[in-house]
Amino acid sequence: MKSMTLEDVRRVLEAEVIVGKDLLHRRVKMGCGSDLMSDVLAFIKPASLLLTGLTNQQTVRTAEMQDIVAICFVRGKKPTDETVKLAQLKNIPLLATRFRMFEACGRLYTEGLPGDYEATESG
Amino acid sequence: MNRDEKITKIQELVYEMKVQEVMRRKVITVGPTTQMSELREILRVNRISGAPVVEGDALVGIISLEDFIKWLANREDDCPIGAKMTRDVKTLYADEPLVTAVNKLEQLGYGRFPVIDRETNELVGIITAGLVIEGLLRKLEIDYSEEEIHRYRASHIFEDILADRTKLLFEYDVVGQDFERAGESASGLKTTLRRLGIDPRIVRRVAIATYEAEMNVVVYTPGGKISCEIDPEKIVVDVRDSGPGIPDVEKAMQPGYSTAPEWVRELGFGAGMGLNNIQKCADEMVLTSDVGSGTHLKVCIFTEQGRGS
Ligand SMILES: Nc1ncnc2c1ncn2[C@@H]1O[C@H](COP(=O)(O)OP(=O)(O)OP(=O)(O)O)[C@@H](O)[C@H]1O
Ligand SMILES: [Mg+2]
Repeated sequence: MKSMTLEDVRRVLEAEVIVGKDLLHRRVKMGCGSDLMSDVLAFIKPASLLLTGLTNQQTVRTAEMQDIVAICFVRGKKPTDETVKLAQLKNIPLLATRFRMFEACGRLYTEGLPGDYEATESG
Repeated sequence: MNRDEKITKIQELVYEMKVQEVMRRKVITVGPTTQMSELREILRVNRISGAPVVEGDALVGIISLEDFIKWLANREDDCPIGAKMTRDVKTLYADEPLVTAVNKLEQLGYGRFPVIDRETNELVGIITAGLVIEGLLRKLEIDYSEEEIHRYRASHIFEDILADRTKLLFEYDVVGQDFERAGESASGLKTTLRRLGIDPRIVRRVAIATYEAEMNVVVYTPGGKISCEIDPEKIVVDVRDSGPGIPDVEKAMQPGYSTAPEWVRELGFGAGMGLNNIQKCADEMVLTSDVGSGTHLKVCIFTEQGRGS
């Protein structure tokens, strides 16, 4: 099972780092793309990277509760000031990429980042 | 960990670690009949600045480089160490927290303390400021790299409390309809449980269940209260609100059932997964509701210790 650092994620998604420039050494074991926090809360595994098009504070709250490593906002979305502030407080890195959800996930998967099914099957 | 986190971590470690974790076990000792003139060689060869004086099995004194220099400076005749040593030796017990050692080193101004086993009264080690720092740095490195490894320290706080039963109780107020602040209670609780050293896997389940429950209180009611009771065996989260109540609890529990308004759905919630997710996280869950007066949810999650017994 492969894992990536957030620095790898940044490179692959040509992403901007909004919070956590000093946390890019952190590792993500798998990725999860969703615009439904209800689902993320119910299914995501720890050590995941969350890709989402939602930018409200509850994305960070969800990440906090679920021990998500980092959030990457897709399709050029930028988080609100409150979201940024909360992420800083909770030490949760925020990235932003211009790629849409499908392509962002595809790029990471191609580079070897699995989804939770593969990641937990072999791990 | 950033710099501030490391400093807080050191403060924590000073309370957590025991003298025996950092002390040097191989203690160079001298006998009371050894001559002062021989002391220099002993200190030099072993590269130490002092040594406990032991007679038979008993610790009878301590002699330091300072004593040696004083003796030299006074140009006194050679004599046994027993005549120059400090007899009133300040010692530490091996099972004392490091903070006691740090305080004593600072307050008494001594460079070293012999470490005694509380049960046997035997000399088991020696501790110096240098060893304390070395031990802390070593531990910090390990903790830093193993942060993901599950530690279980929940019993720690309970160890120091003398009672037949101990419980901690935390209460949080939840403001209804305030989506911005939703999750503050769950966040506060999660941080607190982590600080208590409870297994991260357990904390995560408590946090998710609490957050889901808090979200429901925010979305469907004018407000409520969350209380969390912790004992070494279990964590019980109790959520009460004075909202409209749930007409059909069984139906509400089913995944996919939701009456969430549009604004909630737009924010990424309202898929009807919450109550089901709470049940998944919980070891025990009781949901009771009276239409018109409110809803009461009780979630119980066992700690490792509670599971074992
Ligand atoms: N505290 C409450 N007071 C009144 N009704 C509630 C309460 N909690 C839940 N409900 C009702 O039960 C339904 C199911 O709740 P549940 O938490 O499972 O899903 P949801 O809140 O609709 O969506 P999700 O939790 O996935 O965001 C809700 O839509 C609501 O009708
Ligand atoms: Mg809900």
